[in-house]
Amino acid sequence: MNRTGLEELIEHRAIIVCCGSGGVGKTTTAAVLGLEAARRGRKAVVVTIDPARRLADALGLQGLPDVPTRIEGPWPGELWATMLDTKSTFDALVVKYAPDPDQAERILANRFYRNISSALSGTQEYMAMEKLYELHEETDFDLVVVDTPPTRHALDFLDAPRRLSQFLEHRLFRMLTAPGRGVVRAVNVVAQTFLRTVSKVVGGEVVEDAMAFFQAFEGMEEGFHQRARRVRELLAAPETAFVLVASPQRDTVEEARFFADRLREAGITVDGLVVNRVHPAFGGGSAEAAAERATTLAGTGLGALYANLADFRAVAGREVAHLAGLAEAVAPAPVAWVPFLRSDVHDLDGMAEVAAHIVGDRDRSADADLGDAG
Amino acid sequence: MAGKGGVGKTTVSAALARAAALCGLSTLVVEVEGKSGLPGMFGQSELGYDEVVLSPGGGPDGAADVRARTLTADQALLEYLQDHGLSRISRRLVSSGALDVVATAAPGIKDILLLGKVKQLERSGAADLIVLDAPAAGHAITFLQSARTLLDTVRVGPIQAQARDVLELLEDHSRCQVFLVTLAEETPVNEAIETAYALEDRVGIGLGPIFVNGVYPEVDDLASAHGTGAEALAEAAGVALRPGEAELLDAAAAFRLDRVALQQKQLERLAEHLPLPQIRLPFLFTPDIGPAEVDVLARAVLERIDGLVELPT
Repeated sequence: MNRTGLEELIEHRAIIVCCGSGGVGKTTTAAVLGLEAARRGRKAVVVTIDPARRLADALGLQGLPDVPTRIEGPWPGELWATMLDTKSTFDALVVKYAPDPDQAERILANRFYRNISSALSGTQEYMAMEKLYELHEETDFDLVVVDTPPTRHALDFLDAPRRLSQFLEHRLFRMLTAPGRGVVRAVNVVAQTFLRTVSKVVGGEVVEDAMAFFQAFEGMEEGFHQRARRVRELLAAPETAFVLVASPQRDTVEEARFFADRLREAGITVDGLVVNRVHPAFGGGSAEAAAERATTLAGTGLGALYANLADFRAVAGREVAHLAGLAEAVAPAPVAWVPFLRSDVHDLDGMAEVAAHIVGDRDRSADADLGDAG
Repeated sequence: MAGKGGVGKTTVSAALARAAALCGLSTLVVEVEGKSGLPGMFGQSELGYDEVVLSPGGGPDGAADVRARTLTADQALLEYLQDHGLSRISRRLVSSGALDVVATAAPGIKDILLLGKVKQLERSGAADLIVLDAPAAGHAITFLQSARTLLDTVRVGPIQAQARDVLELLEDHSRCQVFLVTLAEETPVNEAIETAYALEDRVGIGLGPIFVNGVYPEVDDLASAHGTGAEALAEAAGVALRPGEAELLDAAAAFRLDRVALQQKQLERLAEHLPLPQIRLPFLFTPDIGPAEVDVLARAVLERIDGLVELPT
């Protein structure tokens, strides 16, 4: 048995953030890490963003998605799951930082505010991190595993809290809501002219909604600011682990490398790499040699078998080449290879199968010949 | 082109664009999400706001050019304001970050600016075919729905007129269609089905054929060879195999046949739930996707399209 080293994260960390581009199996990986923690006696909660429906069903997420739901199973620990609800997470923050219920009420009812959760880019990322912080600080879970939204902009989830608090302090509206005298007053006139022109383009109601929101939000920025800073500190803390999830296609590998580089620049280390959907290598021999035999034996049954073997060796060679640089870029982080499975993962059995590969009960080298395929 | 992440939407966009160019149609690929692998597939570096030629036309096929460019909401807004005599405020609106505020006040405004620009390209005859590489997955629905969303919020002004024009384009099936891209796997098939119905119901947009990427091509006689087994075949042919070689040959054949059967099941399920013609593109075993591979896929697209057309007898 060849351990991948990802166990250390599952057994000892308090937070695992799964990141990577869309379609690489982040949600499944997050769910599997939570399951493994529960199997090791820990109390784990998995926060998912937008799970495929059958996985959501397996995780029991069809009921009350915003509240952690316990998934019963034959493990000594506890496995809980919840689905991120951007709007209600944001609502809770507003209620927390509003000085009085009236102000909270005014904000929650504002049309501009209601648009923030659905339309302002980065809000979902911010709320995912906020949820993580809340679960870590305010509940007794040993491990919080969070899935990040699929984004092309690698570090939105690190950046989002800062960007959103900046947005909420928008200069333009600062000027408009500031009690104006002298120079401030003059600036205010310029801003008013500007807003009038904006109104011409998009209509006055839109601007009024925005103004009303920023006025209602007045005085709450500092609370949001501090919270954002604490979230950022928690993400950089040693009890937090980042697991990069990838698949072996060239473009997703490139995105993953870009991601790893950006994380490093931000002072965050990648603590683990999970590569999903890897083709088996079938002995790892030369594709050219197999192709040559296929040509020599063309038209025979054996020729067909060699042609097929050549195909898969070519793919395996390509995947190894694509991934070598990535594994190096995140070294010494442990790497887990999850091969193509017979079907998509949408139940606990499927999750257990992936888990075996992630912790290395059956790692790629043991499986490389794929004697047990098919 | 719309599809969830990881299904190869950009590859299929490249193949479709090249296929159109091979038919003599000048083609423009528009990217709206920044960095993608598209230029790399044509052996080129990054795209920008200005058009570049990805694949020059000419040659024995009489092909047209494939060009490409990116669009961003900020740049589209600048252009839009300048075209509408508002250049005085345009730079400030963009540089002050006010676009973010406006975009939140009127959700969909960024999308409308992008789609409005695409509409303008179409109207000005920028190309015979414009291939828009739409945002991934669920975002594609929001993106294409933006015209309707915006008409609910913004009731006056030039942006509202823009939204109307975009809606008119989207609803005119002779000018605009969505081609979905998926894989022959369970989750992507589910999402393609959901996206298709959401687009038809909520956007009223026309759906073209669905592109299924990465379908394992068949190897002649593989099933029967696997049935006999490598060892027996080698013995019959008098070929010596290295130790362990027979097992590898059999395992690889089993893997292929197994995956082909699984894909077949998903293709059938897709056809059953989504009455759209399928254009199946082969899984490529080659190391990378470059111009030669794009050509292979483009020719596969044309072959499948020929197969879809029923010629009058």
